[in-house]
Amino acid sequence: MPCVGDWLNSPLSIVQGIFAQNAPNSDWEKKVTEYFKEKLKENNATNWVPSLNDVPVHYLKPNSLVKFRCMVQDMFDPEFYMGVYETVDPNTNARVLHFGKYRDVAECGPQQEIDLNSPQTVTSERQTFYCVPVPGESAWVKEISFLTEPARVSPSTSYTPSRHKRSYEEDEDMDLHPSKQKEQHMACKSCFSGSGGDIHGCVEPKRLETEASAGHHVISPNCSPPLDLNFPLPGEKGPACLVKIYESWESFKVNDVLEVFGVLSVDPVLSIVNSEERDSSSLDPMECMDTMEEQRVHSPPASLVPRIHVILAQKLQHINPLLPACLNEEESKTCEFVSNFMSELSPVRAELLGFLTHALLGDSLAAEYLILHLISTVYGRRDVLPLGKFTVNLSGCPRSSAFTEHLYRLIQQLVPASYHLRMSIESMNHSRFTPHKDYTANRLVSGLLQLASNTSLVIDETQLEQGQLDTAGVHNVTALGNLITWQKVDYDFNYHRMEFPCNINVLITSEGRSLLPSDCQVHLQPQIIPPNMEEYMSSLLTAVLPSVLNKFRIYLSLLRLLDYSISDEVTKAVEEDFVEMRKNNPESVTADDLHKMLLVARFLSLSAGQTTLSRERWLRAKQLEALRKARLQQQQCVNGNEL
Amino acid sequence: MSSPASTPSRRRGKRGRGSNPSTPQDARSPPSQKRRTDDSTSTGDLQPMPTSPPADAQSPGAADALFSSPPQFRHSAIPLDFDISSPLTYGTPSSRVEGTPRSGARGTPVRQRPDLGSVRKARQVDLHSDGLAEDIVATEQSLGQKLVIWGTDVNVASCKEKFQRFLQRFIDPLDKEDEDIGLDLNEPRYMQRLQEINMVGEPFLNVNCDHLRSFDENLYRQLVCYPQEVIPTFDMAANEIFFDRYPDSILEHQIQVRPYNALKTRNMRNLNPEDIDQLITISGMVIRSSQLIPEMQEAFFRCQVCAFTTRVEIDRGRIAEPSVCKNCNTTHSMALIHNRSMFSDKQMIKLQESPEDMPAGQTPHTVALFAHNDLVDKVQPGDRVNVTGIYRAVPIRVNPRVSSVKSVYRTHIDVIHYRKTDSKRLHGVDEETEQKRFTEERVELLKELSKKADIYERLALALAPSIYEHEDIKKGILLQLFGGSRKDFTHTGRGNFRAEINILLCGDPGTSKSQLLQYVYNLVPRGQYTSGKGSSAVGLTAYVMKDPETRQLVLQTGALVLSDNGICCIDEFDKMNESTRSVLHEVMEQQTLSIAKAGIICQLNARTSILAAANPIESQWNPKKTTIENIQLPHTLLSRFDLIFLMLDPRDEAYDRRLARHLVSLYYQSEEKMEEEYMDMAVLRDYIAYARSYVNPRLGEEAGQALIEAYVDMRKIGSGRGMVSAYPRQLESLIRLAEAHAKVRFSDKVETVDVEEAKRLHREALKQSATDPKTGIVDISILTTGMSATARKRKEELAQALRKLIQSKGKAPSLKYQQLLDDLRAQSDIAVTKEMFEEALRALADEDFLTVTGKTVRLL
Repeated sequence: MPCVGDWLNSPLSIVQGIFAQNAPNSDWEKKVTEYFKEKLKENNATNWVPSLNDVPVHYLKPNSLVKFRCMVQDMFDPEFYMGVYETVDPNTNARVLHFGKYRDVAECGPQQEIDLNSPQTVTSERQTFYCVPVPGESAWVKEISFLTEPARVSPSTSYTPSRHKRSYEEDEDMDLHPSKQKEQHMACKSCFSGSGGDIHGCVEPKRLETEASAGHHVISPNCSPPLDLNFPLPGEKGPACLVKIYESWESFKVNDVLEVFGVLSVDPVLSIVNSEERDSSSLDPMECMDTMEEQRVHSPPASLVPRIHVILAQKLQHINPLLPACLNEEESKTCEFVSNFMSELSPVRAELLGFLTHALLGDSLAAEYLILHLISTVYGRRDVLPLGKFTVNLSGCPRSSAFTEHLYRLIQQLVPASYHLRMSIESMNHSRFTPHKDYTANRLVSGLLQLASNTSLVIDETQLEQGQLDTAGVHNVTALGNLITWQKVDYDFNYHRMEFPCNINVLITSEGRSLLPSDCQVHLQPQIIPPNMEEYMSSLLTAVLPSVLNKFRIYLSLLRLLDYSISDEVTKAVEEDFVEMRKNNPESVTADDLHKMLLVARFLSLSAGQTTLSRERWLRAKQLEALRKARLQQQQCVNGNEL
Repeated sequence: MSSPASTPSRRRGKRGRGSNPSTPQDARSPPSQKRRTDDSTSTGDLQPMPTSPPADAQSPGAADALFSSPPQFRHSAIPLDFDISSPLTYGTPSSRVEGTPRSGARGTPVRQRPDLGSVRKARQVDLHSDGLAEDIVATEQSLGQKLVIWGTDVNVASCKEKFQRFLQRFIDPLDKEDEDIGLDLNEPRYMQRLQEINMVGEPFLNVNCDHLRSFDENLYRQLVCYPQEVIPTFDMAANEIFFDRYPDSILEHQIQVRPYNALKTRNMRNLNPEDIDQLITISGMVIRSSQLIPEMQEAFFRCQVCAFTTRVEIDRGRIAEPSVCKNCNTTHSMALIHNRSMFSDKQMIKLQESPEDMPAGQTPHTVALFAHNDLVDKVQPGDRVNVTGIYRAVPIRVNPRVSSVKSVYRTHIDVIHYRKTDSKRLHGVDEETEQKRFTEERVELLKELSKKADIYERLALALAPSIYEHEDIKKGILLQLFGGSRKDFTHTGRGNFRAEINILLCGDPGTSKSQLLQYVYNLVPRGQYTSGKGSSAVGLTAYVMKDPETRQLVLQTGALVLSDNGICCIDEFDKMNESTRSVLHEVMEQQTLSIAKAGIICQLNARTSILAAANPIESQWNPKKTTIENIQLPHTLLSRFDLIFLMLDPRDEAYDRRLARHLVSLYYQSEEKMEEEYMDMAVLRDYIAYARSYVNPRLGEEAGQALIEAYVDMRKIGSGRGMVSAYPRQLESLIRLAEAHAKVRFSDKVETVDVEEAKRLHREALKQSATDPKTGIVDISILTTGMSATARKRKEELAQALRKLIQSKGKAPSLKYQQLLDDLRAQSDIAVTKEMFEEALRALADEDFLTVTGKTVRLL
């Protein structure tokens, strides 16, 4: 009888049950997804499912239900697989029908053979995505999402893997010593990446673990160079995963953030396939059609890159664990949440403004603009023009005192995903910004700019020295420029380029005006120069209560998702205003300026939780812009005098 | 499986499609549907894993005779010596046609077709014996037999007969293909092809499936569904006809039929399990090709004891090594002799979906191709090809010793025919790729649209809706997108006339020029976007590169060549350096690019329209200066632009108001609402593509008259004041614009309306760009000579005044420069600048009146 443990630990047996009931009928597939959808709807059921983001692969049971929050990094070619197949026992001639969905290997008993010619066989199609954890995910996102998780379901010892022998003691001792786990995870992870290229893959997890805790790094002497897991950002950790999608894969795009629930498959056979193939390749010309690199990339060892056979998948609007995952209006729960939060919005805003003012060394105008920047998002595109992007160039940053470094750390505490890009001649020349296609391995090699929507990209231009950019450097700067102006990244497919639209919040910190384009330049006017920047900033952070910090986080993520409109009346007023301003001095206000003012007005209203533009807000937006411009002019004068 | 044919004793047909050709209706429905309804069949498409090599249909002795190597293989063929109804004779309709002597195929060896796989296992089923479907395919009644190949509804004899009929009779006088040079369209097309084979000796017959479809729908369906069986039958048919006609012809091997252009699948993304084992045509780009792989076709074994030899054919990549010598019965005595085994060439190619087929935000799919024999090394990475072949799926065995298999299939395409799509682009317009496929409804919709009276305005509005107003500019760009009609005057010695319209936008920074360019670049399929600052002459044209692998020189094409038949958008045109710009001279008028570099001398086509944007030299447009002075571009280049628009920031209250409203609306309208308001970008794109490929307007009588008048008028305007305000180039521009406007209306004839609009637009552009700031008169010579006629006149006057002044000074041999200038200034009633003065001096020097050395002026 299916109980909680069953659908979590051995979802395939549930599928088998449903399949057996409805066998020849193709309805069973729908019933399976419905069943799991129901199960996951139950209270907090999703929290019961272990997450690959949190738990290392070897602590998870093969063929159990797992969840994974990830970004689609690459899409492989669709696969044809045996949806339904029949095995036959050569002795008794007994035929049994099996399903191939959610599996990598067509299973059959020891005495059985697969009848490939059976008329019952159904060939189906599925799509494989190469997924990586959301790049630049902040530490707090992980902490909060897995803090709330109750103790993991204890694995049932009665479960016996059908094909291969593996001990699962470590699963038990994981539950016994939950506190110890963490270090062990880390140790194991590093060990895994160290022995990344191990093509045999099926190293006993037990052995690995003991060795790892003893502080050894297992690097087998004859292993090929470690497999590049293709994370967009350097220094990322976490499992990459081959996600097999069975339904409506057309709706997913590269760089989408997904949460998938599916069957974990780490069958060592998958890795054996590789070595076997290599031996027999001389014999069978069919096998040599992929290059070594391609094989390595497309069927990496399962211990390193597990497979997930997706039962349910959903696109995520955001990855903030403090917010309900899906913010549609219908659900009363989310409505309640939103309205509750809205009621206490203005104190939160005031507090956040204060916090950021301190962070920006007492400059409240810059803090105001920073809030606007942090809640900006591309909400639409008018043909090529992205609407709603608000790139801020924070000029006048003190260069010496690692100010930007600390500012980034604060921002990291506020947004779910971010990356700090230190611009220097060397980093521009030597890093790869745009993803490009590697045709030998047949995959999309990631670049720094392959980021999920609403990732905060903080570009630190204060580090930039004089020097010569080479071709790669020029390309990288152009790519950054394109990203900022058009919110798109041109991926290099060698023979052609493809545009991928993106939605990345770019904040540029620089001393003078940035060499990159930006929507608005704010010149920082520090009121205080703390003698010890580090102390100052960390004290700032410790001064904020965690609950308040969480409110900031909710504030920034939630306001981004609100709708916005402008009434006819205000439209008229804005029109009048514009005409008036132009009348006095047509040079002073251009269409571009109006664009900016409307943007500021939009985010200003939203930041106060208002979804329509009011006259006051418009005036406030104008005032802010005037202040900002005055500051710039003043700055220019100063510079002019100095020069 | 309900078919009685599946009794265990019978070997399953290799395709195992088990479809039961039970009723005629069923037979007619495509197998895909069949498989859907009849779940019993769907695996069938997979080549079964051989559990044990099946006994061949023929006796071993017979097989031996067949397997003698082709060069020694001589048929003593007597025409028509076979019994058509014998299942044995036709039981194996492969191109190998074991032991089936073809009539007249004297001495021409048969060549294996690895592209079709091992077909010889195909079986025929006598429907009579099956006891069902007595009434199958009526035409076969005449032949008195009902044999079909197992698992299909293909009857070899009738199929062959139909195909022969097709070869002998198919005429399509309207069809036009590039390869058709020298073909008489009113004669049976494929008979001419056979004749060509006889003359050239290339034993391949390419058959357009479209032709076959129009000739015999059912045969076409069979071909697409069962290519593995049908193509060998076609081979037989073609060979029979050929050797009947040309009995003395000597070919390398027998003719192989290569069908192409199967319409079933166009896009790689649409491939699905139903396409397995069917004939498909997909387009894509080659990204990788492997080395040549020698694939063993036939293994040669010799007994080490008695030296008895035998041949074993490869069965799906495996050799069944004979364990017992048939002659001396020794076990394990047979050894493989490599040198006497037969190999065929094979190559693995990766094909990637072409960028146009890719949905936004997804990465391209790839598919593996296997090319065999002649097709090896026919394509290089980077080539765009249309591939026709058979889609295959093979299960992957995890381990030969373990019974479990990976539940995933490996898929590939066995290539039968390649058609390169881009190599031809360098020679002529490739109609095939150019003609996007439109569904009936789409065409209907587009035609409906074209009938609207305001279609021109509508389209112009739909163009870059986020950019406010600038209607005339949008109209100009719209016409550029449509382009004029291509005309060929090669026989009169003038070559091709340019049909492309070039446009230059210049104006204040921040007037969304770049945005307009970006939009156009995104709209057209073959657009290129470059920035003048960032591009070099090489980047625009082409450069020669040494391929690191093959060490051979490769011509890499630049933006201009890549945008052949498209639009090349060049931003910051003014910042382009001189040498780069000079490249454009040739492109913009002759529409070709000549390259002479590192041993490669060639002329590439670059029939590209150029949409350029330039900023004024003083960053702000100076209304007191002419266009040339403002953007500092050579007039030789400027005159090559059909339309030059100024994009200025208008200072006008009403405009401001409208602009503000427009912008505000951008900031709150939801996306859906925006889409409703304007014509969809996709519709616009289709509309343009349709017009470009199907509408080719010619000048009507009236329109011609109107053009003449317009031109004469334009000439007249200036002549009164001694200026020329129009040149033949302007007339050509007018013609192109008028044609483009006719295209917008989907009209085959250029009418007076078109000429009117062309005139208006041209005048509009002229008014903006060629107005003499000093006189306010439109003066084309600003663009053609870089100076307005009045300015030139003034220059002459000044020179004359100077001459008079000098002459009035008497006989002084030399004069002081500064003093002369002062004198001239004192005398003149207009302000004389130093430049003007120097110009006047130069003019006089040219007349040998004086020379200037340093600060003194000497009279001669």
